[in-house]
This record gives sequence, C-alpha cells and structure tokens, in this order.
Amino acid sequence: MQRERKIRVMVAKPGLDGHDRGARIIARAYRDAGFEVVYTGLHQTPEEIVEAAIQEDVDMIGLSSLAGAHKYLFPRVVEILLEKGADDIVVCGGGIIPDDDIAFLKNAGIKEIFGPGSSLDEIVSWVKKNVKAR
Amino acid sequence: MNKVVEKVIAGDVRTVARLIRDIDDAMPGVRDTLKELYPHTGHAYVIGITGAPGVGKSTLVDQMLTHMRRKNKSVGVLAVDPTSPFSGGAILGDRVRMQRHSLDEGIFIRSLATRGHFGGLTQSTRSAIDVLDAMGKDYILVETVGVGQDEVDVVRSAHTTVIVVIPGMGDDIQAIKAGILEAGDIFLINKADREGADKTLSDLRMMIDMDQKNNEGGGWKPPIIKAQAVFDKGVDELLEAIEKHRHHLLEAFGGLDFRKRRDRVREELIEMVKNRIVESVIHKLIDTGEFDEAVESIMEERIDPYTACDSLLVSKLGSALDDKAR
Repeated sequence: MQRERKIRVMVAKPGLDGHDRGARIIARAYRDAGFEVVYTGLHQTPEEIVEAAIQEDVDMIGLSSLAGAHKYLFPRVVEILLEKGADDIVVCGGGIIPDDDIAFLKNAGIKEIFGPGSSLDEIVSWVKKNVKAR
Repeated sequence: MNKVVEKVIAGDVRTVARLIRDIDDAMPGVRDTLKELYPHTGHAYVIGITGAPGVGKSTLVDQMLTHMRRKNKSVGVLAVDPTSPFSGGAILGDRVRMQRHSLDEGIFIRSLATRGHFGGLTQSTRSAIDVLDAMGKDYILVETVGVGQDEVDVVRSAHTTVIVVIPGMGDDIQAIKAGILEAGDIFLINKADREGADKTLSDLRMMIDMDQKNNEGGGWKPPIIKAQAVFDKGVDELLEAIEKHRHHLLEAFGGLDFRKRRDRVREELIEMVKNRIVESVIHKLIDTGEFDEAVESIMEERIDPYTACDSLLVSKLGSALDDKAR
C-alpha cells in the first residue's frame, strides 16, 4: 500500500571498468534515502543499461565511470534513451571525470556530474530535488 | 478495451513496466486495468525459485533463461529483494547475474522490493505475474528469498516451486523446514562440489520421506537435484524435473489453471479483501486525523491502545465489526 510513488533509480557501470566500490557506496546511500535501487553490475553496454532501465521503470540512471571512456559512454546512453522514447529518464554521472569534460557532458544531456570529493549528502539531495517519480 | 490492456497484450515493454510500477505503488485505476487483464491470463507456466540468501538463485535463473531461450520460449522474471525496514529503500541486485539477457526481446526481467508496509507483497507479485502472463510469456520465474510468510505465499502461487539449498547449511534447512519445505516440488542442491553435498542430500531425502503424506498433489515425490549453476551443471536435470512435475499436475488436476482450484481462489480472495480493508480503513483514519489523535492520546496516557483501537475501528467499520473479533 503506497500513497505516493517510490523513487526508483538505476546505478550502472558502463564499459570496461572494473571499479565499482564507488557505485556500490552510492547505491547504499540511495537505499538509505528510501529509494529503490537497481544495480546492474559491471561491464554494461549503453544498450543493456537503457533496456534494463526501461524494464525496471526507473526515474533516473546514475552512471559511474573511472576508466576514461565517459565522453563516449555517457552521451550514448542519453542518445539511446531518446531513440527509445524514454528520454524522460534523468541521467547523471560520476567517477573520475576531469573538470574540462563536464561542460561537454552536460551539453550532451547528462543532467549533473559528481566528481571526486562529492559528498553523499550532496548527491542524494540533488536527486531528491531534481528527480521526481514519473 | 482499455489502451493499457491492449498494449500489454501486444507485449509493449514500456507499458508492462509502467503497469507493474502502478501495481507496486497502488495507483488509482490500476485495479480496473487488472480486471480487464484477468481474462487474458492463465497461459503462462509459473515457476517459483526460493532459498536462503547466497545459495545461487539468481545464477540459477540466469542459466534457466539460457536453456529456455534455446527452446524458443519467452520468459518473464520477477526477482524479489528485501526492502530495508529502516529507510524503506532497497538495493535490487538480482539483475547483476542476469544482465547478459537484457537485450533479448524474449525476456523481461523486473526487480521488485518487498516493501511490506502492510503485507501486500503477495498481492502485488501475483498481479505482476498476471501482467507478464497476459503479455504472453511462456514461463514466468519468480525468485524470492525464502524467509517469511509473504515469500512462502508467493512461491505457493507458482505451478512448480524449486527450493535451492547448498551443502553445509544443515541448520538452514532446519530453519526453512517449517515454512517452506512443504511448498517444495523440487529440491536443488547448488554448489554441489562443496563438502557435505551427500550429507545434505540424505538429510533432505529423509525430510521429504517423512513429509510425503502431507505433500499436496497426491503421489508427487519431490526429486533432489545436485547442481553447480555457475558451471551450468544440473540445469538440464532441473528443467526435466519441472517438465515432469508439469505433467504430474496435468494428470492429477486435469489442467494447469490450478489457481482456479478452490483453496487457491479462497486464499487469494482473502488476501485481496484483507488488503483492501487495511488500505481503505487506514487511509481514512489518517486523512481524518483520528489516527494521529489516538497516538497522541496513548502517549499522554489518556487512553490505552486497546480501547483506542476499538474506537478507531468502530468509527470506520461500525456494524461490520464483529464484537468477538475485537
């Protein structure tokens, strides 16, 4: 029994990147904030991430990358969402992202980037403010 | 026909995903959709997979998917993980083991959280099964952690229930014995290369033999399969056993729509009525402020909780409230 929608988010690791400590910590923080968090595991293609997000009906996809391919992978996720008519799903990203890339990524449709040093509180409150259950 | 119903029957993934969310969130109108959908259900074969955390349920489901797809069967998966009782949030991680199937159009995977404010898991999972059934899936796999009444009820609504254990969990078998052993149609000892697999096998065999007379479905003796799901060992045997059990059900009950059997119908209807009462009464009490008032009174020791409960219920249920039931 629910009186309002519960926020569902997906935490995903795109590409060849084996470091998921950060993604797991974020997933926990989201859980503690009361969200339902779908975790996809490592080595996901953008196509797999989008398909899973649609099947799970999530409100947001959080992408984590520490391997340097974010300038291809993150925009690709946004692109496929658009192709599938699912661009109402918010995309944000985090990990090792150089400051110089942030403008490029935001321009490509990634709503926010959380680099090293971002606090969990900051991330969670951003999500609460910017992601509404659809 | 309702647009949503049309799209579900046509197999539209986004509509199905959204409808399951609506069911979970108990959105207004969802009940009408389910009413219209119901006549389109009853074709899928539902398999429940349950067992303690870490025994390899998701890995097993992943392998089953591969096998079923080889035979060109379409499959829906409902993977249930627990909601944190503290934050109300949940981490749904069963997908990790199945992600390689996510681009396969013949497969639909959905993670569900137990939520469990007022029960309801059973109800919403059953409704989600109906949706995947109406969507045209041949098989529906429901994976849950085998603890708690709700989870037992969920697997009880499957045609075939598989209980997964691993060697060296003697005490855990004890723990699940009371709740769920009776519900098992097939037992699978996963990670069977580990020490103690034979001991687990003989323990299980003994329990099943003792339990045999209680087994529903007259004459079905639950087989025990040794497996190593991660290496795809024992999965063929499992699917064969499921097929045998299906034949057994067909012979024993003359049909597979066994949810229409009297005891199941009773059980499901009681659950539904219960949920509706809880839902409407509590919503009303909260809306009118009566509930918070009562909480206040109890805290200020102006009233005891038993009396408070009585008066709250009388105010909402009135004559429907049986004196004895108070």
